[in-house]
Amino acid sequence: MIECVTDPTTHEAIEAVWQLESTRLIAGLVRMVRDVGLAEDLAQDALVAALAQWPQAGVPDNPGAWLMTTAKRRGVDQFRRRERGDQIYAAIAHAQGSDVSDEDFLAAIDHVEDDVLRLMFVCCHPVLTPEAQCTLTLKLVGGLSTREIARAYLTTEATVAQRVVRAKRTLSEAGAALEEPTEAERGLRLTTVLSVIYLLFNEGYSATAGSEWMRPTLCREAIRLGRILVSLAPRLSEVHGLSALMELQSSRLAARVAEDGRPILLLDQDRSQWDPVHIARGLAALERAEALESELGPYALQGAIAACHARAETAETTDWVRIAELYERLAGLTGSPVVEVNRAVALGMAYGPEAGLSLLDQLEGLPALSGYHLLPSVRGDLLNKLGRHEEARSEFARAATMTQNERERKLLLDRARAPI
Amino acid sequence: MRFMTMVKFDESLPMGPPTPELMQAMGDFAAEGARNGTLIDQGGLLPSAAGAIVSLADGTIKAVDGPFAEAKELVGGYAVLEVRSKAEAVELARRLLQLHKDHWPGWEGSCEVRQLGEP
Repeated sequence: MIECVTDPTTHEAIEAVWQLESTRLIAGLVRMVRDVGLAEDLAQDALVAALAQWPQAGVPDNPGAWLMTTAKRRGVDQFRRRERGDQIYAAIAHAQGSDVSDEDFLAAIDHVEDDVLRLMFVCCHPVLTPEAQCTLTLKLVGGLSTREIARAYLTTEATVAQRVVRAKRTLSEAGAALEEPTEAERGLRLTTVLSVIYLLFNEGYSATAGSEWMRPTLCREAIRLGRILVSLAPRLSEVHGLSALMELQSSRLAARVAEDGRPILLLDQDRSQWDPVHIARGLAALERAEALESELGPYALQGAIAACHARAETAETTDWVRIAELYERLAGLTGSPVVEVNRAVALGMAYGPEAGLSLLDQLEGLPALSGYHLLPSVRGDLLNKLGRHEEARSEFARAATMTQNERERKLLLDRARAPI
Repeated sequence: MRFMTMVKFDESLPMGPPTPELMQAMGDFAAEGARNGTLIDQGGLLPSAAGAIVSLADGTIKAVDGPFAEAKELVGGYAVLEVRSKAEAVELARRLLQLHKDHWPGWEGSCEVRQLGEP
C-alpha cells in the first residue's frame, strides 16, 4: 500500500489509475462477457468501489488487478443474484469460477493485445455510423468521460450519453462482441479503425465547425490511439504511416494558432515552435512504414509529405518538387480531387503559379469540389503571386462564404479586403 | 502533458547493482508504457564515478570528475512521460517504486516528478 502521510488518496489519483487502466480493463471484460454494455457497467462498478475504498485504504499495490478482480466478482454476484442468470453471466461464472485472483489478471495480460484490438474492432463495427464509432472509441478505448467527449465535440453530455447508449444497443443487437472476424475481415476492420482514428485527429486538428480552429484533446487522444495500434499491429505499414502523419502534423499545433486564436498558415509559422519530440517520433514512424512497404499507402504518403515540411529548416528550403511528386502518387491512389488541390499548391511552389493554376482549371466544376472552400482560396493565393490581385480578392471572398469555421472565415475575409 | 520522472537514491548505500528481477520487471513496465503511449523515453544512469560535474561559482567554471561524494541523493534513472494529468504521472512513479519495493529488498529512495515545458 502507498502511505499517504500528508494527503489521503484523492479522487484525482483514482481518476488517474482509471485513465491508465480502463482500456485493458474493459477490453478484458469484453472478452469474458462478450457484451460491450455489460463490460462497461462492470468496469464502472469497479471504479465506484475504488472511489469508495481507496481514499481510506490507499491505492492497492496492483490497482489494475484490483479493478479487474472487483469487476469480475461483481459480474459473478449479479449472476448469483438472478434466479436464472442469462448466458453471459453463466459464461463468466463458468470461465472464472467464484474465486478470482491476481494470477487471473496476469494471465489476462497475455491476451491484452488481442483484447484491445478486439475492443477497437467492436467500437469501429460496420453497423455503427462514423460518428458513433468515434464516440465509442473515445469512450471505451480512450477512457474519456462523457463530459470530456461532450467538451471535445462542443455538444451536451446528454447528447453524448445518448449516442453511447444507442451505439451499445446497436452492437448488442448485432452480436458484435460475439464475432470472431476472419483474417480477411480483420484487415478490413483495421482499415476502419485507422479511418476512425484519423477522423478523430482531423476533427481536432482542423475543426469543421465552431469558434475554435483546433481541439487539441481530440488530437492528443488520436495520437495515443495510434500509438496503441502500432503496438497491436506492428507489421502493417499504414499503421505506422498514420502514426507518422499524426505525430508530424501535431508537432505544429502550438505554432499554427496565434495568441488571439487566429490561425497561422504553415509557411508563416515560427518553426522554432514546432515540437521536436513529435517530429522525432513521426520521422521514426515513417521510417518503419517505409521499411515495411515500398509502395506507400495513403497515410504513409501523407506522412511523407508532412515530413518534407518537418525536415525543412525554413519555408524557403522546402522540397516542393518532392511534395508535388508525393501528392501525385497520393492522387493516383485515392482519386481524390481534394488531393489534387493540394498538388496544385505544391506545383505552384515547385514550378511557379501558372503550373498550379493550370491544374486548378482542370478541377473547376467538379461536383466533388463544389462548396470546397480551399479551391477558391488556393486559386486566390496563386493569382496573388501572379500580381492578379483583383481576381485573387474575389476568390478569397468566394472561399469565405463556403467555410463553416468562423476563424477561417475571418482569415479569408481579411485577405479578400487586403489592400492591393 | 509531459513529465520527467527521476529516480533518486543514496549512492553510498551498499546496495550493489539492481537485481535481475527488478531489471526484468522494469523492462516489462517500459514495454507496457510504450504500448499504451505514455512512455516517450527512458534510461538508466551509470554510477556517478563515470560522470563529472561542471560548475560555475565565483566567476569560475570548473569540472570535477565523479564520484559525487558530497551529494546525498543522486539520479539513477529517468523517464519522459506523456500523460493526461499530473496525477497520472504520479501514479506511474508510484508503480515504478512499487517495482523497486517488490524486487529490490532494502532499497530506499525517491522519484521526483517534474512537468516539462512544451512549445
